Amino acid sequence: MDRNDDKLKKTAVIEGASESEELSAPPMGFKVIVREFLKDRVAMIALIILVLILLTTLVWSLRLDANAVMQVDILRNFEKPVEFEWGLIADAWNGEKTLIFGADDYGRDVFTQLLLAAWNSIIIAVAVTSIIATIGISLGLIAGYYGGKVDNAIMRVTDFVMTLPTTMIIIVFMVVVPKVTIPSFVFIMSVFSWTGYCRVVRSKSLSESSRDYISASKTMGTPTWKIILLEMLPNLSSLIMVQLILSYAGNIGLETGLTFLGYGLPEQIPSLGRLVSSATTPYNMEFRTWVWLPASTLILVLMLSINYVGQALKRASDAKQRLG
Amino acid sequence: MWKTVLRRLLTMIPQIILLSIIVFVVAQNMPGDPFTGMIDPNVDPAQIEALREAAGWNDPVPVQYVRWVGNVLQGDFGRSYAQQVPVTTLIGGRAANSLRLGIVSTFFTYLIALPFGMFAGRFNNSWFDKFVMIYNYISYAIPTFVLALLMVFIFGYRLGWFPTFGSKNVTMTAGTAEYYWDMFYRLLLPGFTGGILGTASTTQTLRSEVIDAKTQDYVRTARSKGVPEGKIYAKHIFRNALLPIASSFGFIFSSLLSGSVFIEQIFAFNGMGDLFITSINGRDYSVVITLTLLYGILAIIGSLISDIALSLADPRIRID
Repeated sequence: MDRNDDKLKKTAVIEGASESEELSAPPMGFKVIVREFLKDRVAMIALIILVLILLTTLVWSLRLDANAVMQVDILRNFEKPVEFEWGLIADAWNGEKTLIFGADDYGRDVFTQLLLAAWNSIIIAVAVTSIIATIGISLGLIAGYYGGKVDNAIMRVTDFVMTLPTTMIIIVFMVVVPKVTIPSFVFIMSVFSWTGYCRVVRSKSLSESSRDYISASKTMGTPTWKIILLEMLPNLSSLIMVQLILSYAGNIGLETGLTFLGYGLPEQIPSLGRLVSSATTPYNMEFRTWVWLPASTLILVLMLSINYVGQALKRASDAKQRLG
Repeated sequence: MWKTVLRRLLTMIPQIILLSIIVFVVAQNMPGDPFTGMIDPNVDPAQIEALREAAGWNDPVPVQYVRWVGNVLQGDFGRSYAQQVPVTTLIGGRAANSLRLGIVSTFFTYLIALPFGMFAGRFNNSWFDKFVMIYNYISYAIPTFVLALLMVFIFGYRLGWFPTFGSKNVTMTAGTAEYYWDMFYRLLLPGFTGGILGTASTTQTLRSEVIDAKTQDYVRTARSKGVPEGKIYAKHIFRNALLPIASSFGFIFSSLLSGSVFIEQIFAFNGMGDLFITSINGRDYSVVITLTLLYGILAIIGSLISDIALSLADPRIRID
């Protein structure tokens, strides 16, 4: 394998440094991805876990009524988990309060909250990721395609937003918003997080825009939007896909983290961050692990598997690093 | 290069002004003010109004902003209304705590990352390398607050090795050796947690640098001269592999003072991040504005230091 690397590197040197990018980023076919996952068993397991979590939470969130789950039942606060039986899951499926993982501070069932909360986190992160990807990719494409003054102006703004202490600013904004709802939370998170996309896409499209096929299209009189969207964008797709998955994991972390601190989702919406935040009381942390430990574990598993799948895709998009 | 540094410092000025305007305007719009919760309902509303008037909060926002900038330029960042001390005093005390924590974290980061990166690179594809790769995935992917909670739970509560909260033991007399030892002991667990979170990129960079360097000509020359294998790694490869890590200096610099909101919250550590949350909850504008501004400035200077460090370490990289 080392030898192969060496050969590739040597060819790259012969053909000149600017050409080496071409070697490392061929179009990412579906076949290459499948092969990568078959070769890397851990990535395969991560993918399976991820799909299982997605399907389970989706199905349960369709089945359960959030208002019923979040109904306060103060008499049962911090009730201990009952002994586990498979029949209980069927009961929970029918909307019963089974207390498989016990109850939280307001006597709400942790198990059903967990499933709804995970689905909320997944959906919110999808929303944030798609918004920031749209903003970042469009700005990056424009900056890269036009270059010069346009590029300069866009990058100034990007650099400025990048130096902002993001977590702090988001917290300040969350306090200012009169009524926190899911859309306002998503919006505030998105405003400051698109810079990564912009930088990555811009640097790649800068080099792409000086290629022959772009000049050829320009001479032929293809409209600019067509060149950018139909010719340049597809060539950046593998890069964007990797960035999408890695930033998706980051956004789940950001959302749960902010909710954990108390500046995220409002109280009446099931959220992983809120379940975990009950651990900030020493007594809960030590003796009522059932409230916060399942949610923490779920966040951890979710983040690990998304990241692992992302890394496998990253390898698949780079011929030098591929395993299969 | 110094020309570039000067230019970067100059472009910092509009950035900081813009940041200060954003923060100032947003903070002014926060619901409530420090007087809302603190004055009991029996107090005459007219008196509260008089206090507000005296504090200048009834003036239009631009007027307040100009007055604030005037004061800041004279080194006066205002007073914390919640704690009735100058903001600079308040932040100074907290910054010292965060700095201590930052130093311990950085120490742990390198203590873990350097040997991990070096040996994983030297023996790549061995079981140790595989272990390091798995460790790297976890430390990269795990959210700060989940790791911090698990650390407190395992080492603080279950094993009982470390105190679970606080940066000082208030029952001990300040100045004694025991007091300082206790203070240091309390830094270990939060410092270790922060250290783990910082390792991923350094380990990864170092590992791939070492793997790259293995096949380089200068290493082959050293080998053919008969330099012992251990020395090749310790002297020749290690030095060269350290270069890209120089770029993390700036990041470390800005994180040294700013601390982490999550770690300080979970360990109930009296640092800057903790102060930020307390001030936000207490609507202590002057502290919130100063802190946010400080974080912004630290980040800007940090990225500048990274670029300078990189160009000093590697003359091939020129910043201009």
